[in-house]
Formats: sequence, structure tokens, C-alpha cells
Amino acid sequence: MDLKEKLVSSFLAFENNIDVDSPVHDIRSEAIKAFENSGFPSKKEEAWKYTSLNSVLKHDYSLSSKQENALDYKDIKKYFIHNIDTYKIIFIDGKYSSHLSQVTHDGIDVCLMSSALNKDKYKPVIENYFNKIALKDSLTSLNTAFSNEGAYIHIPKNKLVEKPIQIIHFSTGNEAALMLQPRNLIVVDENSHVQIIERHQSLTDNPVLTNSVTEIFADKRAVVDYYKIQNDNKNASLIDSTFVDQKDQTNCFVHTFSFGGKLTRNNLNFYQNGEHMDSTMKGITIIGDKQHVDHNTLVHHIEPNCESHQDYKGIFADSSTGVFNGKVLVDKLAQKTNAFQSNNNILLSDKASINTKPQLEIFADDVKCSHGCTIGQLDESALFYMKQRGIPEKEAKALLMYAFSNNVLSSVKIPELKQRITNIIAKKLGVNIGFDL
Amino acid sequence: MLQIKDLHASVEDKPILRGINLEVKAGEVHAIMGPNGSGKSTLASVIAGKEEYEVEKGEILLNGEDLEDLAAEERAHKGIFLSFQYPVEIPGVSVTNFIKTAINSTRKAKGLADMPAKDMLKMIREKSEMLEIDRKFLSRSLNVGFSGGEKKRNEIFQMAMLEPKLAILDETDSGLDIDALRIVANGVNKLKSKDNAVVLITHYQRLLDYIKPDFVHVLYNGRIVKSGGPELAHELEEKGYDWIKEEVDA
Repeated sequence: MDLKEKLVSSFLAFENNIDVDSPVHDIRSEAIKAFENSGFPSKKEEAWKYTSLNSVLKHDYSLSSKQENALDYKDIKKYFIHNIDTYKIIFIDGKYSSHLSQVTHDGIDVCLMSSALNKDKYKPVIENYFNKIALKDSLTSLNTAFSNEGAYIHIPKNKLVEKPIQIIHFSTGNEAALMLQPRNLIVVDENSHVQIIERHQSLTDNPVLTNSVTEIFADKRAVVDYYKIQNDNKNASLIDSTFVDQKDQTNCFVHTFSFGGKLTRNNLNFYQNGEHMDSTMKGITIIGDKQHVDHNTLVHHIEPNCESHQDYKGIFADSSTGVFNGKVLVDKLAQKTNAFQSNNNILLSDKASINTKPQLEIFADDVKCSHGCTIGQLDESALFYMKQRGIPEKEAKALLMYAFSNNVLSSVKIPELKQRITNIIAKKLGVNIGFDL
Repeated sequence: MLQIKDLHASVEDKPILRGINLEVKAGEVHAIMGPNGSGKSTLASVIAGKEEYEVEKGEILLNGEDLEDLAAEERAHKGIFLSFQYPVEIPGVSVTNFIKTAINSTRKAKGLADMPAKDMLKMIREKSEMLEIDRKFLSRSLNVGFSGGEKKRNEIFQMAMLEPKLAILDETDSGLDIDALRIVANGVNKLKSKDNAVVLITHYQRLLDYIKPDFVHVLYNGRIVKSGGPELAHELEEKGYDWIKEEVDA
């Protein structure tokens, strides 16, 4: 049985275990039909032209773990930003770990999707927001059909959430191969401010496929600052679909740091439903071996006087491959839009490759839109200059690569996170120099 | 300190240096002058170990050691410093962090621990004051948006920090106004000692009014065609290079 058939046939069993009277029952049933009709995307589709899922779909994935697995904090501490106080929503093999988590209902809700879907008090929020901006494409539909667990975050108006929220999904490798479908809903009401860090981490080399969907709603003047750390093991793959709905005067940032994993696909969609707002998406990708990272972004400028900023840097070694597909859509109504997009890449080997494709569709006539992409090698004259001053070749290259990605790092607003990313980069580049540039 | 014997070098199969002989002893200042295209910058780059240049024949010795198999950074660790005619811009790396990395890399190569932060800061303060460099300047990205004069002053600042045995200054006077030239020259004069040596590569006599050479060499067509004392530089200033070309080509 192939993976698609397995998923479709296991849907009934999945539904049996949860409340069929729940308002999301119809949504799930429709979604599985949509997935059954379309199946997994193939390279024939324009949006998947450069990313083949074949190698990750061939495993016989378990769709849930057979047992409750526990982890000792000391063994996994290094995957947390642990030197500051944070809320934590932690999952092990797809199941919530109360032991490792620190959730709250004190003025704000930082808790679980499974409770939000089942408890009456969350019903109005679920009815208003759940699956409202997620697309109906096959992979998002697949996630919707199996949506049951993940993070649920609701920040009522006028709250400045002082501690960042960490969402971490661990997989233990107790299953020979595991497929996960986390579903997150984040609702930030007027004038509120929240910082979120998301990470997927497998602890062995057993194959893991995560098909994650996150919906984020930012009401007027809200600020949402979201960080994705993707530094997973060599057989772990991630398909992340994140949808952001912004209202008037909001500021939403998504930073994506892609340093590991076998195959990573980021679908990042921003919808600007209001005026005078700013959407920022930035990313650093540093990969090697046969790793593959695909950034697929969309900013939909719907109303006037808004801005969007995209800045993605990629460094590709060995036989690694990258894709950047950035679409900016400016509606006829969206006059005075400022949309900027930039994608810069360094190829460190003859076998590495990047396919970069900016797409601008502009229907308004009074806008400023710019895009630029570059593909190059490290600057030889800069390398000679550094070596002449005594800096060895390896360190000189690392310094240049760090400097190249520094624009993206400089806008990380949590200092401990910035330090952590910096350390990961130094390790990734194989050097031990204190990058506090 | 530096001995160059019958050096032939080419870039992309085009011969540039055609038999250079030069000896520089500790405590000496040598000026290498010559018309454009004579091979002055190539000589500097070959000594520093730039890979694009192919040494076809001859040898370069530093304190008796052949440099042929040493990479640029290893030559730097042995005390060779090249002040670039066109210093490279490196966005995202501050002047301070660059020099820290450079100093500690050299120390590491010599088996020494990193320089303590306190000593480093003290040294940075002293050397930047000597060259009249504003502190704010030190936290800027290396050479990015620097004026011509700022770039050259930054080169001499790095030289002061690295304390090389052999400093080669490639057209350090170009792009400097008279005040900057005086500051840079003062810096170089203060760094001069009986244990180190300086090679000045310059097109004009101007710099030599401030840094007095012991020897002046004229490079033409990839060869040193004339050597003399400081008076040779004055003669070149007065008569230009044509008489040398005529003498050589005759």
C-alpha cells in the first residue's frame, strides 16, 4: 500500500478516536476528500518543479507512535533556548509532553490544539479562525484532515507577552519511520505582542516526515515575531505551511533558519487585509551533502499603503540544492505599496545548485516594487586580503559567509536566540571563532 | 631579511617579472619606483603569496627561508605585511573584529593563546590614537564606505597592530591628501626599527619626502634597471621616467 492509500484508509480509524460531533469534523472530512483527489504534489506542478517528494514518500511511515515516549530534560536541553525564561509547548512523537512543557491560561492561552478543538470555551475562536486562511492544496488538506494536536496560542488584546513561547516537536526514533501532522493556531488580538520559536527535532537517524500547518492571525496593531529553527537530522524532512493574516497597522516577522534535514519545504503565505502594515520574511539557509531546502513565499498586498520585505540568503555546499520562489501579488486597490524582495546565494561547489525565481504580479499603478537575486562564489580578492592578514583560508571563508548572512541575523530580536543561531552557523561552517561582529 | 634572486613571475601565461634581484636588510627602507605597468604591484603580490601569480624561476627568501611553498596566511604569520593599493571592502565584519581575528590567528599559528581582551583593547586604543583614527570608525564594517584616505590609514593601523617584520606598502600615498599623508608617514616612521624593514612602492617622489628611503630602485619592464640612494628619487621627480626608458631600450 502506498503512503496515500495508507493515509486515506487510516482516516476512519483516526476519526473514530475523536469526537465526530466536533465542529471540525466536517472540515476534516472535506479535507481528506481533497487530499484523496489530488494526492501528493509532483514535479509536474509549477510550484513543485524543483522539489521532488519521491525520496521522502517511499518510507512505510507509522502515522502515530504506538506508545507514550518520555524524554529526560537533560538529554534534550540543548535543543531549547534554555538560558531565558520561556513558555514551552513540547511534543514527543506527536503527543503532548506535560512534563517538559510550561503552558498557561493566566490572561493568555498558551496550550494545546487538542484541548482547543474539544473544549466549549474555545469554540468561538475555533469557529472564527480554524482553517480560515489555510489553503486547500493537497498537503495542507492532508494536515487539516488529521488536525488534532499542536500549539494553540490566543493572546487577548493589549497584552505584551514578556516571555517567548517555544514550540518543539521531538521524535524519538522508537518508530522505524514516523509521519507527523502538527497543526498550530495563533490568534493575536489588538495591540498585543508575542514572540514564538518553533523547532522540529528528531533524535535518531530514523526517517521522519513532518507535514506542519500554522495559521497566524494578527489583529490591529499587533506584533508577531516568529522564528523557525530547522537544523534537523539527516533523515528528517519537513513540509511547513504557514499562513499569516494581518490587519491594520500590524507588524509580522517570520525568520527561517534552515541548516539541516534531508528535505525542507517552507510555504510561507502573508495576506495583508488592512492598511499601514509591514510584513517581513527573512531566511538563512546553509546546507551541504545532498540536502534540499525550498522557500516558497507569497505576499498578497490587498489594500493600500503597506510594505513587505523579503531577504533570503543561501549558502550551498557539496551536492546540496536550493529553491527560492518568491511571489509578490499587488491588487489593483493596493496603491502606495512598497514591496522589496532579495535573494542572494553562494555556491561553494560545482555540484551545488539553486533555482531562484521572483514572481511579481502587479495590478496597481502607484507602487514601489523591487526584487533582486544573485548567485555567486566567495570573493577571491577578499579571501586574499584576509589571508594576507594571517587569517587561515577556512576561517576567512567562514567569516565571509557569516558576514554574508549577517543582514538577516541582525534583525533577530531575542539576543539568546541570536547567539544560538550564531553558534549553529559557526559549527556548520566548521570553525571556532567568536562571531560577535 | 628579504632576498629575491632572479625572480620571474607571470599571470595567465603573461610574463610580468623578468629577473628581479633585491636584498633588503633589517632596519632598511627601500623605495621601488617605476612607470605604470612596470610590475611594481605584481612584485608586492608575489612576495605576499597571491595564488594567481605563477613563479616561473628564481626564489624569495625571508630570513633565509624559501617562501615558495607557503600560503599567503603562512607568510603573514612569518611577518610579511602588504598594505593594499585597493583595500577590499568586507561588509558585516567590523574593523575591530577583523584585526582581533587576524592577531589571534597569527598567535595561534605560533602556538600562543588568544591575546587577553584587555591588552587587545589597550593596543587598539594606542595605535588608533597614533594614527588619529576616531573610535567610531573602528566599529564600522571593514573598508565599507571609507574614503580613499580612510582606507589607507586603516591599512597602516592594521600594520601597527600586527607589527610585521617586513612591511610592503603598495601605493600607500595614492588617494591621500597632504594631512593624511603626513599622519600615515608619521605612523610608518614610528613603527620603523632596526629589526624590521619597509618596502615602499610608489609612482611619485612625494611620499619619500616624509619617509626617507635608504635605497631607491627603478623597476621597468619587470626588471630593476637602476638602483641608488635617495638622490635617485629626486632625479626621477625632475626628469620623469623617459630617460630611464631610453637608457634601457637603447
